[in-house]
Amino acid sequence: MSYNNVQARLSVFSTASQSSLDYIPSVGTPPPSGGRQSITPIPKASGSKNIYDRPLNKTRNAEVSMAAYTFLFSEVIQYTQKRVHGIGDLEKRLGLFGYRIGTRALELMVWRSEGGSKNPKRETRLLPVLYVVHTQLWKAIFGKTADAIEKSVENDDEYMIIDNDPPITRYISIPKEMSQLSCSALTAGIVEALLDGLGFPARVTAHSVPKEGFPFRTTILIKLDRSAMEREEALK
Amino acid sequence: MAIYSLWVINKAGGLVYQRTFNEGLAPLTSNDALVLAGTLHGIHAITARLSPTGSSSGCQVIEAETFKMHVLLTATGTKFVLLTSPAEPLTNADLVLRRVYEAYADGVMKNPFHTPEMPIRSEGFDTRVAAIVKGA
Repeated sequence: MSYNNVQARLSVFSTASQSSLDYIPSVGTPPPSGGRQSITPIPKASGSKNIYDRPLNKTRNAEVSMAAYTFLFSEVIQYTQKRVHGIGDLEKRLGLFGYRIGTRALELMVWRSEGGSKNPKRETRLLPVLYVVHTQLWKAIFGKTADAIEKSVENDDEYMIIDNDPPITRYISIPKEMSQLSCSALTAGIVEALLDGLGFPARVTAHSVPKEGFPFRTTILIKLDRSAMEREEALK
Repeated sequence: MAIYSLWVINKAGGLVYQRTFNEGLAPLTSNDALVLAGTLHGIHAITARLSPTGSSSGCQVIEAETFKMHVLLTATGTKFVLLTSPAEPLTNADLVLRRVYEAYADGVMKNPFHTPEMPIRSEGFDTRVAAIVKGA
């Protein structure tokens, strides 16, 4: 089924680029002796810059191993599962993790977008914002775009982002007794943070909607806050 | 040439996965399968000690008149056992076992709902294994 993606990699917001100029710690000042103990210095990996010193806008090689990510996410779920009661609670916690990723993702995406630092741009209308989620956010996090954006037929304030094969849950088999659980709650959290950051408060949830040929198809359901809908209406 | 069944034996000798693909061997009750897996685990440990030329990873193939048993021992002590017809070529069985090991790493070890050393109940592993055996 998926033997060819051993080398699969997810892109993330970090740069693995290393400069030939090593960070040289200041050697002139002797360490303070006696008196108060100073804060323990952060250990530095030899030969590489501290992650905070690396350039932010380099996206080349900014990828992590899919396997490493998968094991980490698996541990996150196991850790969370031990500390919650019920599936709703678990999804909420995963959403919170995602929210923390999402706020940082938005900041970086704006910084990295074309001409970002000189010509920052912020979408203010609903459809372009949804398109940003579908294309830019998905590309930045998963290395591909989402498969569709749909508008709910029943409710005006509901939109859906659809991914036929979300990479982050590819290796997860949900046991039968937890069939309502969708581990894409993490993604929902990321989307919620992004929408919040762009001024479109919404409630975002993830649902598995398998379809013929796409057993892992997932829908990210966005229910926009009334304030966002009213503003959108006023701007028309 | 046929692949009869696949067993996964954990490092303590417990049978954690058993699946039959083709008829051809006498059907086993789950209890019998557990006992046989435990016995194989013991035999395997003995064969690892018997090697005349220093350290050995234990037996890899057991041949009988009506079937062949291929064993893949992983670095962590998990054993994958493939029961095939006697005509099954070695290279093919080995390839299947290696792919199953890969599927195990993907579908079982990366699945947060799996408890290590416990019976495998993972839909992802089932579908991957089915695809491997079908393609072999």
